[in-house]
Amino acid sequence: MASASVRAAQAQPQPKDPSADRRLSTLVRHLLPSSPRRTSAEAADTSATLESFPTMASQQGSSVFATLAQAPEDPILGVTVAYNKDPSPVKVNLGVGAYRTEEGKPLVLNVVRRAEQMLINNPSRVKEYLPITGLAEFNKLSAKLIFGADSPAIQENRVATVQCLSGTGSLRVGGEFLARHYHERTIYIPQPTWGNHPKVFTLSGLTVRSYRYYDPATRGLDFKGLLEDLSSAPLASIVLLHACAHNPTGVDPTIDQWEQIRQLMRSKSLLPFFDSAYQGFASGSLDKDAQSVRMFVADGGELLMAQSYAKNMGLYGERVGALSIVCGSADVAVKVESQLKLVIRPMYSNPPLHGASIVATILKDSEMFNEWTLELKAMADRIISMRQQLFDALKSRGTPGDWSHIIKQIGMFTFTGLNSEQVAFMRQEYHIYMTSDGRISMAGLSMRTVPHLADAIHAAVTQLK
Amino acid sequence: MAALSRAASSAIRRPPLLLPSRLQAARSMASSLFGHVEPAPKDPILGVTEAFLADPSPDKVNVGVGAYRDDNGQPVVLDCVREAERRIAGNLNMEYLPMGGSIKMIEESLKLAYGEDSEFVKDKRIAAVQALSGTGACRLFADFQKRFLPDSQIYIPTPTWSNHHNIWRDAQVPQKTFTYYHPESRGLDFAGLMNDIKNAPDGSFFLLHACAHNPTGVDPTEEQWREISHQFKVKKHFPFFDMAYQGFASGDPERDAKAIRIFLEDGHQIGCAQSYAKNMGLYGQRAGCLSILCEDEMQAVAVKSQLQQIARPMYSNPPVHGALVVSIILNDPELKSLWLKEVKGMADRIIGMRKALKENLEKLGSPLSWEHITNQIGMFCYSGMTPEQVDRLTNEYHIYMTRNGRISMAGVTTGNVAYLANAIHDVTKPN
Repeated sequence: MASASVRAAQAQPQPKDPSADRRLSTLVRHLLPSSPRRTSAEAADTSATLESFPTMASQQGSSVFATLAQAPEDPILGVTVAYNKDPSPVKVNLGVGAYRTEEGKPLVLNVVRRAEQMLINNPSRVKEYLPITGLAEFNKLSAKLIFGADSPAIQENRVATVQCLSGTGSLRVGGEFLARHYHERTIYIPQPTWGNHPKVFTLSGLTVRSYRYYDPATRGLDFKGLLEDLSSAPLASIVLLHACAHNPTGVDPTIDQWEQIRQLMRSKSLLPFFDSAYQGFASGSLDKDAQSVRMFVADGGELLMAQSYAKNMGLYGERVGALSIVCGSADVAVKVESQLKLVIRPMYSNPPLHGASIVATILKDSEMFNEWTLELKAMADRIISMRQQLFDALKSRGTPGDWSHIIKQIGMFTFTGLNSEQVAFMRQEYHIYMTSDGRISMAGLSMRTVPHLADAIHAAVTQLK
Repeated sequence: MAALSRAASSAIRRPPLLLPSRLQAARSMASSLFGHVEPAPKDPILGVTEAFLADPSPDKVNVGVGAYRDDNGQPVVLDCVREAERRIAGNLNMEYLPMGGSIKMIEESLKLAYGEDSEFVKDKRIAAVQALSGTGACRLFADFQKRFLPDSQIYIPTPTWSNHHNIWRDAQVPQKTFTYYHPESRGLDFAGLMNDIKNAPDGSFFLLHACAHNPTGVDPTEEQWREISHQFKVKKHFPFFDMAYQGFASGDPERDAKAIRIFLEDGHQIGCAQSYAKNMGLYGQRAGCLSILCEDEMQAVAVKSQLQQIARPMYSNPPVHGALVVSIILNDPELKSLWLKEVKGMADRIIGMRKALKENLEKLGSPLSWEHITNQIGMFCYSGMTPEQVDRLTNEYHIYMTRNGRISMAGVTTGNVAYLANAIHDVTKPN
């Protein structure tokens, strides 16, 4: 039964602007609950948004939004909300992906604190608007960080980089740009992927489809399925790739597999759109975590890259990120940058200053850069150690099943393979909080809490099948 | 730079489809996926400052973009802001804010806009989220309007801040304009305004500048606001206020919120975009708030949840730093009091420059009326100059402003006011 919004959308006279029509119908498709490809998270979201409503205030004192329904809780952030409400002293939050220390505390990197102080102590620093494209120095340094300082694309001025609001903002600006300027408007995203990806691209005006990625049987990569799905994608389709530390599975292709993906994509002119939220955080090495991206740049082809400093510099709430578009020529890069401005200006005019200033301060100073790499490696190492400890704890308990994926997967998250019943059981009986897809944030673990988690997993697996 | 693994290196050396990088690049130039992309036109406002910066003349004056300057033409960081930042650095973490932003910052923002003792705040009837300054607040509202009232349009005053048109266009909400500025008097075309309000279909959405209209500096009087509010009631129109200059216009935030308070008294359920860019000098921090007054608490919760759903796929959650600065200042009575003093200082300097510019023009013997310079309020003066006259100012005098004749009074100083007056007189005097 179509809602008033859908009926209204369909009844509207044909807009003169074809992109408006396409975006409207894309949004309508997004809001309809019937599409089979959408994840359960999306399906839950839409049910509350389709209500009929008056389009203007009909009576004295009645709001134009009177019949608007409350949106459901965000599935990921909702985990922390539930955790906060729980009074149990043994509760553990393995929900949202923000790094925690061994003591379970948020961490501000030492080098970030130093950069903050430098900014405060410099009386000549002002708070003027940044240009629409953001802090120029930050943009250059960010491109070098992900592509490598000696990258031919950078040397040839073929990279258009704009500062955006962390990874989300970079993805959204990139998506909007593609919807306006790219001839293919379908983006393929891995199954599964970060819960916010589908909405970001749908609202950008793209059609979202998925390609096989995770194999529940092996808890690893469904490489055959991936290649098949990308092979059958229409030429020139956009493909979202997680540069490293796939979220939520932690399963990454090997270098050889990346090379095969690259060849396949280039042979079909599939446009790569990389999401890099964990550079340096996955393996502990900034360069190693950028290998997949650099392979694609090295072949001279074009791509989009969304970069985030939320995790690897611990700048979460400062919303620091960058969108880079590697273009075929310097001329094209200039034009592309000018069009990116037109996307940004009506969204928020120009990006926030503080976080980008911190990043630029650190990246341009070699001593601070080195300190950063050490702190970054320490965070990555702690997470790798938690993986090993959890694996060992399950082994020592004789928990049935193969748990090697815990140490094979990489990055902040482990896709445990637990089903939603088991997840609910662990929440109820053991006060352990994770998303219902069985994803745990390793950053939320400590030596102290690993045994408790292992007990909970053991109980869930042996008592519920 | 760590060496690539052997496998990776060999893969890059011998991929079957790879040509030497430069040749590949040359091929790409011809076949770039984005080769057809047109260069975008420069933003009319921000392009002015770019041109100013590129000008080597020692006499150059920037009265283009609306950022405050002190009497030495320097940007200003308020003392209350510096103090707030000292308290933040080293002490507070940078965790994600909730999708709707900082609760503390929102609470204080609502008190500023709706009144310290506002019953609406007490009754929790206001759906409010932290937004990316004024632009972000307007955009969230426009997207919200599109999603939940897809048949609605927005009435935008003529003229308005140019980016308003971009915002509602990108949100795909159809735009109409309503009469506002009266060029002959350089004041408000009140009759035209009331006419357009009456002729708009019942229940239309209107964008209103709460104070210090940008770009004209022309505001309705209190009496006129009351009449507008009354007519809005009759027509059941929805008032959306863009308030980017609270405190900055008259020097008194309460006074600058008068229009909003009148509408609230009359029972309107308003929407409001607030910005701290100018009044707290937080420009690049992108600190603002979007609020929508609802029927009751339950509806406010629902509306807020939906606003968050719009923010989540745009940027997930808003930046924390500016929000911390705002909430520290507004929550601390001493800092808040310092802020009020500093904002009044900025407003007073601008009011002083308006007087000085007008007096200078009169002293030069200009036969034209320059009353509007002191009648208008806020950062901008709509001079009435033509684009051709503006071009002459730029080309002959290295004075930079937008071609609609809008002068940013914040860029006027005791050091350049005479030079500016002289130039304006020169290009506007009858031949």
